[in-house]
Formats: sequence, C-alpha cells, structure tokens
Amino acid sequence: MSNILEILKERILVLDGAMGTMLQRYKFQEADFRGERFKDWEHPLQGNNDLLSLTQPEAIAEVHRKYFAAGADIVETNTFSGTTIAMADYYMEELVYELNYESARIAKSVADEFTAKEPHKPRFVAGSIGPTNKTASMSPDVNDPGFRAISFEELRVAYKQQIEALIDGGSDILLVETIFDTLNAKAALFAIEEVKEERSIEVPVMVSGTITDASGRTLSGQTAEAFLISISHIPILSVGFNCALGANQLVPHLEVLSSRTDYAVSAHPNAGLPNAFGEYDETPEQMAEQIKEYVEKGLVNIVGGCCGTTPEHITAIAELVKEYGPREIKKIGVPV
Amino acid sequence: MSELKPKYLKLSGLEPLVVTPENNFINVGERTNVAGSKKFLRLVKEEKFEEALDVARNQVEGGAQIIDINMDDGLIDGKEAMVKFLNLVIAEPDIARVPIMIDSSKWEIIEAGLRVVQGKCVVNSISLKEGKEQFVQQAKLIKRYGAAVIVMAFDEVGQADNYDRRIEISKRSYDILVNEVHFPPEDIIFDLNIFPVATGMDEHKLNAIDFIEATRWVRENLPYCSVSGGVSNVSFSFRGNNPVREAMHSVFLYHAIKAGMNMGIVNPTMLEVYDDIPKELLERVEDVVLNRRDDATERLLDFAETVVGKAKESKVDLSWREEPLQDRITRALVKGIDQYIVEDVEEARINASKPIEVIEGNLMTGMNVVGDLFGSGKMFLPQVVKSARVMKKAVAYLLPYIEEEKLRNPQVGDSEGAGKILMATVKGDVHDIGKNIVSVVLACNNYEIVDLGVMVPPEKIIAEAITHNVDIIGLSGLITPSLDEMVHLAKEMQRKNFTVPLLIGGATTSKAHTAVKIDPQYKEAVVHVNDASRAVTVVGDLLKKETKKAYKKNLKDDYEVFREKFLKRSVKKEYKTIEAARKNKFKIDWNTSKIVPPKELGIQVIDEIDLEKLLPFIDWTPFFRSWELHGKYPDILKDDVVGTQATDLFADAQAMLKKVLSEKQLTARGVFGLFPANSINEDDIEVSTVRTDSDTIGNENKEQYVFRTLRQQLQRREGVPDYALADFIAPKASGTQDYIGCFCVSTGFGTAELAAAYEKDLDDYSSIMIKALADRLAEAFAEYLHKEVRIKHWGYAADEALTNDQLINEKYKGIRPAPGYPACPDHLEKLTIWELLSVEERIGVQLTESLAMWPAASVSGYYFGNPEARYFGLGKIKKDQVADFGERKGISVAKATKWLAPNIADE
Repeated sequence: MSNILEILKERILVLDGAMGTMLQRYKFQEADFRGERFKDWEHPLQGNNDLLSLTQPEAIAEVHRKYFAAGADIVETNTFSGTTIAMADYYMEELVYELNYESARIAKSVADEFTAKEPHKPRFVAGSIGPTNKTASMSPDVNDPGFRAISFEELRVAYKQQIEALIDGGSDILLVETIFDTLNAKAALFAIEEVKEERSIEVPVMVSGTITDASGRTLSGQTAEAFLISISHIPILSVGFNCALGANQLVPHLEVLSSRTDYAVSAHPNAGLPNAFGEYDETPEQMAEQIKEYVEKGLVNIVGGCCGTTPEHITAIAELVKEYGPREIKKIGVPV
Repeated sequence: MSELKPKYLKLSGLEPLVVTPENNFINVGERTNVAGSKKFLRLVKEEKFEEALDVARNQVEGGAQIIDINMDDGLIDGKEAMVKFLNLVIAEPDIARVPIMIDSSKWEIIEAGLRVVQGKCVVNSISLKEGKEQFVQQAKLIKRYGAAVIVMAFDEVGQADNYDRRIEISKRSYDILVNEVHFPPEDIIFDLNIFPVATGMDEHKLNAIDFIEATRWVRENLPYCSVSGGVSNVSFSFRGNNPVREAMHSVFLYHAIKAGMNMGIVNPTMLEVYDDIPKELLERVEDVVLNRRDDATERLLDFAETVVGKAKESKVDLSWREEPLQDRITRALVKGIDQYIVEDVEEARINASKPIEVIEGNLMTGMNVVGDLFGSGKMFLPQVVKSARVMKKAVAYLLPYIEEEKLRNPQVGDSEGAGKILMATVKGDVHDIGKNIVSVVLACNNYEIVDLGVMVPPEKIIAEAITHNVDIIGLSGLITPSLDEMVHLAKEMQRKNFTVPLLIGGATTSKAHTAVKIDPQYKEAVVHVNDASRAVTVVGDLLKKETKKAYKKNLKDDYEVFREKFLKRSVKKEYKTIEAARKNKFKIDWNTSKIVPPKELGIQVIDEIDLEKLLPFIDWTPFFRSWELHGKYPDILKDDVVGTQATDLFADAQAMLKKVLSEKQLTARGVFGLFPANSINEDDIEVSTVRTDSDTIGNENKEQYVFRTLRQQLQRREGVPDYALADFIAPKASGTQDYIGCFCVSTGFGTAELAAAYEKDLDDYSSIMIKALADRLAEAFAEYLHKEVRIKHWGYAADEALTNDQLINEKYKGIRPAPGYPACPDHLEKLTIWELLSVEERIGVQLTESLAMWPAASVSGYYFGNPEARYFGLGKIKKDQVADFGERKGISVAKATKWLAPNIADE
C-alpha cells in the first residue's frame, strides 16, 4: 500500500468513474434492492445504492472490475451515503458499519485480483466519504439564518463510525469527497485524525471539494483558495475538486489549487453538465480532450470521473494520461 | 532550495487571507468584543443580533482584515452567544468573507466556536498559565480543528512583563508547540503583552521598548511565527488626551512594525500619521516609547497639557488667518470654508502678474491637496463637493479680470486645462445626482466640464461633443430604458467615427451591461465608472499622454475577457417555458384568504401635504449612500471612518430641511386609488374603475383597465413558486372579489428651481443636497401614504403599530411594488397607472419618453393588500413570455422586446 506515495511521484494515477451511472444500467427494482434479507423492511429501499453492496454484491464487484479493466488505479467504495445521517432516510442507521465494511471488502477483493494479475500496476481502494445530506454551516430555513440542521459533533460521530468500518474492510485510502460545506469536511477530517491516533495507524487521505457553479465557490460560499486553506491543517495525500462541473469548467479552480498547494492535486469532474433531462451526454473522447488541458498544464496527479462517467470514459482518460508526467509534488501527506 | 521556501500564516473566511511580508500589518477588528465595546455588549445582552451584525459588517467595510469576536461577560451565556452570533455571521457573506478570531478566556467557548466556523480561524488565546499539560492538549485540538493560535506570553509564574520573560515564555511555548504538538510554526502568533508607558512608575518605563525588542527577538529566532498585540494599551495613562494618544499609537506601531509586529488591534480613528506628528510632540513621545531619557515621562506630561489646550481652542481658532497666503487658500479649499476666499484670491491677484496665474497657481495647488487627500481616502465626498464650492467662488471672482486681461493682451490663450469632459444624463432620464457629483469631483481635478444636464437627446450629445471638442464623454442614467439609450449613443459615436473614450455610470448601469452591450458597439475605450473617486483615476489614465494607449488597450482586453466570461456563465441558467412557470405559480388558498374590502373605493388626491408629517418616515441610509458614505443610519454618524463626515453632512441636511419646511420651498402632492380587481388569464389583473360624484377628471367612459404582470421563469429549486404580481390577487374564476390600489406621489415641485438657484450661486453642494433631500421626502411620502392606506383608506391593517425601522425593513402587511423595479421591471405599466389615476391632470407629475417621472423626486406603484403578498425579483424572462406579453398588451414583439430588454435572457 505504502508504495502509492512512490507511484504518485512517477505517474498520474487514474481514479474510477461514476458508480450510480453504472448501477442504473442494471435497472434494479424495489425487489432487487431489498434482496432476500430486507424483503420485509418497512420502508421503501429503491434508490439506496449503498445497500446494493449487501443485496447485489456481484453487481458492485462487476462495476469495480470494469473500472479496473478500463485502466483505473483506484476505485471508490460504494459508500457515498454511508453515514447514520444519510441512511436515516431509509431507517438503516444500524446497518452503517456493515454497509461500509462490506463495500470496502468487495472493492478490496477485486483490487487484489487485479494486482495479482498485474503486479507492476497495483490497484487501490479509496473509501468514499460523502458530504451527507445536511450542512453544518448553512441554515435550511431562509427565515432563520442562525439555525443549523446538524452539528459538528453529530457529524464527527457519524463520520468516525464510517471511517472505522472503511478501514476495517480494507480501504487503502480515505476519500472525503463532494464537499459542498467545508465544515462537514472538517468534521470528517477531525474524525480521521482521532481514528489514526487511537489506532496508531497512518492512512492516506484524499480531500475533494465541489465548486457548485460559475460563481467559482463552494455551496457554503468559499473560494477555491479559501477552501484549500481551510482543509490543509492535517497531512493529506491530495486535494482536488469533483462533481457539479464538467472537466473544462474545473480548470481555473484546479489552477488555483495546483499553484498554492504542495500536496498532490486530484480532479474527478462530471461528464459535462446535465442536459435538460438531467443526463450527462459528454462522450469519452470529448471529456478526454478537455482533460488534456489538465495534463498539458501539469495541474493534476490523480484524475477520474464523477457523475455520468463510465468505464469508456476512464479508458479514454487512462490512455491520455499515460503520455504525460505528473504534476510535481513537494509534500506527501505523512506526519511531521 | 525548496526547504528555504517561506511558510506564511494562511487564514480563511469565505476568502483567503495570506499573511506575507508585503501585507506589512494585519488589522484585527475589535468592535465585536463585549469586553471592549459597551455598545456590542448591550446589543448581545438585549439579543439585538441584527444590530450586532451591523457592528461586524461596519468593521469589515471599514477595512478590518480579521474580526475578533469575544463574548466573555458575566451576565451572558458566553458559549451560547458565541455559537449564535457566529452562525449568524456565517450567513452574511459580506462579513464572513474575512477570517474570524475566536476570542475567549474559556476553553469551552473557544471549542464551541471552532465547531461552527468552516474557515480557518485564529484562536485568541492559549498560554502556559495553567501548565504545560493543558496547553498541549488545547493546542492539539486547535490543530485538529484547523485553526491558527495566539499564544499569550504567560506561564505558571505569571504574565511576562520584561524582555527576558517574554523571550523565555515564547521560546518555551514555541518549542512545545513545534516539537511536541507538531503545530505548524506559521500558525503561531505571539501576543507579547503591550503594557502602558509613562505611568509615572519607574518599572513601567521599559514596557514599550521591551515589547518592541522582544518582538524583534521572536521574529528572528522563532521561525515563521507572527507577533500581535492590542495597541491602545500603550497610551493608557493619557486617556482623555487624544492628540497624545494618537501620536503614541503611531510611534509605537512605527517601531513595533519595523521590529516585526505584523498583526494587531488598532482603532484606525485613534491613529495619527507618523509624518504628521508635530516635531516637538514626536520627540517627546519617542523619548517615552523608546525610553531615551530619564525625564521622558515628565517632559511628555508637561507637553501634553499644552496639546490638550490647543485642541480645545482650535474650534474657534482663527489663527490660520495669520498664515501665508497659499496656506490660507489651501486650507480654505481643504476645509471648504468660503468665508474669506474672495479676499484671499484678491490678495493673490494683486501679487500675480496675470489673474489666470491665481487659478493655475494658488488655487490648483490647493485643489491638488484636496485631490490627493480624496484619492488616498483621507477626505470624503461631501467635503470635496464643499471644496468645489469654494473653488467655484474663487474662479467666478477672477473671471472678469481674466476676460479683461484677454482683451488687453489677445495672445494669451485660454488656460490649458487637464482636459474637457462632456457629461449628460441620457434622453428620457431625469436623474442627475450621481452625474453632478462626478462632474464636481472631476472639476476639482482641473478638468473642464461641459454639463448638458438631463434628458439630453443623442443628437445633442454628438453635436456638443464636436462643438466643444471634448476629450471624454460621460453618460449617466438611473432607469433601465437609459441602458438602451447608452447602447444607441455608443453606436452613433462609432458611426460618426468618434475616438474619444466613453464613460458609463448610474445606478442601473453595471460592468456586465457595459462589457456585453455597450463596449462591442464602439471601437474606442468604454469604461464603467460608478463612483466619483474612481472617475478621477480613470479619466487621468485615459488622458495621460504616456499611458493612455496602453490603458485603453488594457481596458478593451479586460472588457472582452469579462464579456466572454459573463456570456459563458449566463448560458448555464435554465429557464422554464411561461406555461410551465404559470403552472408553478404562487398559490393562495382563496377559500381561506382574508380579503378586506377597502373602506374608501375610488380615487383621492392629496394636495399639498404638510412636509412635517413626512419627517418621521425618512429613511436616511440611502441619503448617505448618494454621497458615497456607506453605512447604516444612525450608526454611520458614529462610524470610525466616515462618522465625522456623515455627522457634518447630516447637520447640513437638517439645516436645509428646516429651511425647506419653514419657507415651504417644496410642494408635495399625491394621488391614489383603490379599486375592485381580479386576476385574469393567469398573469393579468383586471381593474374596475369606480367613479365618485365629484370626480370630473379622467376618462368617463372607460370602465376597465388591465395591469399586465410578468412571471419568473428561471429554473429554481423544486418547491419554489414562480411569482407574478397577479398571484396576489384572487382570480376572477374563484368568484371572490378582490382589490388593488395604485398611487403616485411627488415632493419634487420646486426642486428644479431651487437647484438652479443654487447652481447660479455656484453652490453645487446645496444643489445636490436639495435633490437628494427631495428624493428622500418622496420616498417618505410613499411610505407615509402606504401606511395611511393600510390603516385608514383601505383599512386592512387598522391596528398596525410599526416603528420607522420596521417600515424601512418592510415589516408591514401587503406590498407597494413600483413599475421599473425588481418585481415589475416593465416601465410601460406606468402608462396604465397614469391613465387610470389621471396622474398628470390631477397632480402634474409627467412621464418622459423613457417613462421616467418628472419631477424626479416622485414615486409610483401598486398596492397589494393580501397578507401573503411579498416582494420578489422577476429575474430574467424568456422570449416566449415577451411575445405573450406583447400580444396581451397589444404591442408589437419588437416594442415589448425593447422595453423588457434588460430582463430578457440571452438565447
């Protein structure tokens, strides 16, 4: 595992693409989501993609397999909503540890398959830690700007549980991603530091924010540089942006990160912006053409895809980045 | 080499703050500290958090780069207050853009604060006071929460009060933090304790110099850290003697900053410019601060008494009249004193070989001082306008002599000014306060102004520009149709192959509109300038021979880049069709909605209302804004930066208002009507006329009028309705009879005459003042009348009891949106109001071709009485609605497009 730090200095690493987009292809129905185990669950479960790690583990493994085959070095676990906070929608708070543990285990076993086959190209698992569906520094009520639907403490506790399960299940990396409220991310980072200290372990951490729109800010209002400053207090492997924007819209923000951080820089943009039907229709070629700007300018060390991207997109990206060297990294996220 | 790379303290709010050597000194705002500000303490105690937020906002606007927030007071729950206030601060982007300093002596308050702020804060403070264990534990958590920290020079033994102890404690703290906690050294800020000097006690003599020297040692020996402190402590023993305190602060900072202090709490109004400290005072203060003589304290104390005396005298002091001529002229200009200017100018004229020299020499020397002070933010707009008044008086006195000189000696040409600038408010628009202010300020800077006034047709602007051979054309406008006029004029200038730069200003103009719509029409420079101080630098750059070419090229490039960016972003917005938007309209349950029939239906005229009645309704904040003094009334009068100016301006305004009232210089008239109405066809409102017996004006035969409203189309969050004003009126199909009102009020009768009289008297200050006051009175009249309608004439809120502040904050029930403003940007609707109320016949307010109201100090609009009616902004609409709107209104799509242009989304 530790050689990921060495590999990062040598080449650009490829992250996988969208899990949700791939799962849509299976057209799972309510019964498929429930499987045998949850057939009597009192609440609807369709749409709970994280649950598929328990009820359709083969499908999840297959998606990971496709992304590794496409050239990904790192796949993300199927745990974007794996906290008690997000799982409350399905009344599945009790299952959070198991969901994360199993998701990490599935991804790790597929990664090990590929590493065994191609030892020169070891594969890694990043435990995906999503933003949850609540924000700690914004009020959901416009008439009461001082109100908060969730606190730092609640987030820290929930994240800590997810993090422990992801590590126990075999994650090589932790990926705090799609950060629209930096305070949520800081709670996750706080929890990671606690787990690291309690277990006396090191684990590389990737941090990835989301610039919501053309304003160039996160949903909670920070500029790219303010975001970077706000999350740079713990040793991290990389910092980057994902989701919300297509590859070319991310360029100016990646330039900010790249010029101001000594850590590695990551990007996993969407396949363009959604069309009127909410679908992403940017082709692999179109997306790779835009990512070319990242690598030509030497902006990134890790690149992959978010919403709307498929193994075909990842193949196109992997083929492209082979030809280019990585951005120079001055600092690797290991403790002082 | 990379290990030598400097590490900077980096903080963040919504925006970054990187403390580099170039920053020199980071100023921390301290007004949001209950321990330091009685006002803030009171606001927090009384839970007036809105006003408490204003305190924070004013600090940020006033230039604080970090805001210190402290809630340590025995009578408040500090933890709760800290969390509550921080949560509110974070919801205000104009405050939250700067980093926050969480200030408390209680760890639980600090930790609670760290848990609610997303940016990288500063913790103020921790120390070794309670021992190493607690220090390490707190530092570790601070690091984990992601904050920088202020470390007090304090340990188990006590507070460091000499050089050695400061060094001992800071070294020990630093070593523990960096080596044991692995705290980033650049995130450590030492507060080395600033203590008073000149207390009369020998042991305090070294307080300042020890701090300064310890600062130097810390910055040299503890790599990457910062040094901070609260500066006002140093002058504590001179409380009550501001001249001495201000000098002490400046001297202390001057030396401490040189030694490496790079952050601190300083009240900017309690600071003298180091270079401006009188030599004798400077010497004595430096003796004290640097401990240069044994009798330093006594000498400063003795001297301080004379300084106090002088400061008190200066109010009635005319000693400046004894100074040399140039000093007197400069002083008259800087201070805006016109009492003696004619005699001084006469003296100068007698001494000069030619009268023109007085302008080019004496007066310009003075005006350059004014320009420099204004440019560097040391003078404010109202002062500059007063300076201009003095200047004009002086020039007017000299003109006959200059003419005479010309006759006698025809070779002497006109004086060569800095350049000639044409200023005009475009066709159809009557608003000129901003334009006049810019004109005055430019005139102060030696530019010759050709002011064509208001409602100037484009042909005239073109012709006059050619006649006067101007160097720049400046256009102003306040209402949206003026934007199109400006585009048109730019096209015309291009067609006539003009080469002079074009300045664009006025309330509705924007850089975006200028870049996207105006700039592409004209090959030469086009600049959007919205404040007077920037106008001076822009005009200077445009006309300076050496730089103008490059500057213009830069401008063109800048606007092109801006335009591209803007267009790129605007395509991202998604819109609904008008049908879809209508389906998602704001729904009021008409079965339960309480509709109150008006007590008095029909039209009423208010002839000559007593202006006295309107005074309590005046919202003063916009008045200060029109003078470019920013801040909320009444706080602005005590503002650290502009308070004095605001107070002076306010006094002048009150004096003029008094005169206006006592001499009845302005006449106010209003008309309003309340009518049965129902919404029809989703977006229209059908109004039935009501005739009273005495009603002989107006169209007798017309029974019905229709107001056309516009509906929001921007794709927004699920569940948010797409508003149109028609949603607030019961649909005809509901069978419920509903009502609507409309009104026009004006306090502008007499304004133009008064302004012209002032201008004739060369008093631009008063001319601008009367217009600004008339505008305020008109708004107050609208507010007053709305209240009368709510309580009396319509009567749906008969028991309402709201304060003026609540009125300004629109806390009342029902709304009074105005055509041309966000809810109904369509100016054409004014025509319907005018016809329905016979506004012109009844009270004499006219509409210009761009549908601006004349006199300018007028307000018109609708009344909606439904409790669910609310203000909203229409935003952009699509062509389908424009076409539909044209059809409903019976006008061509082209005409509808022209009038709605600013609100139509680009395809």
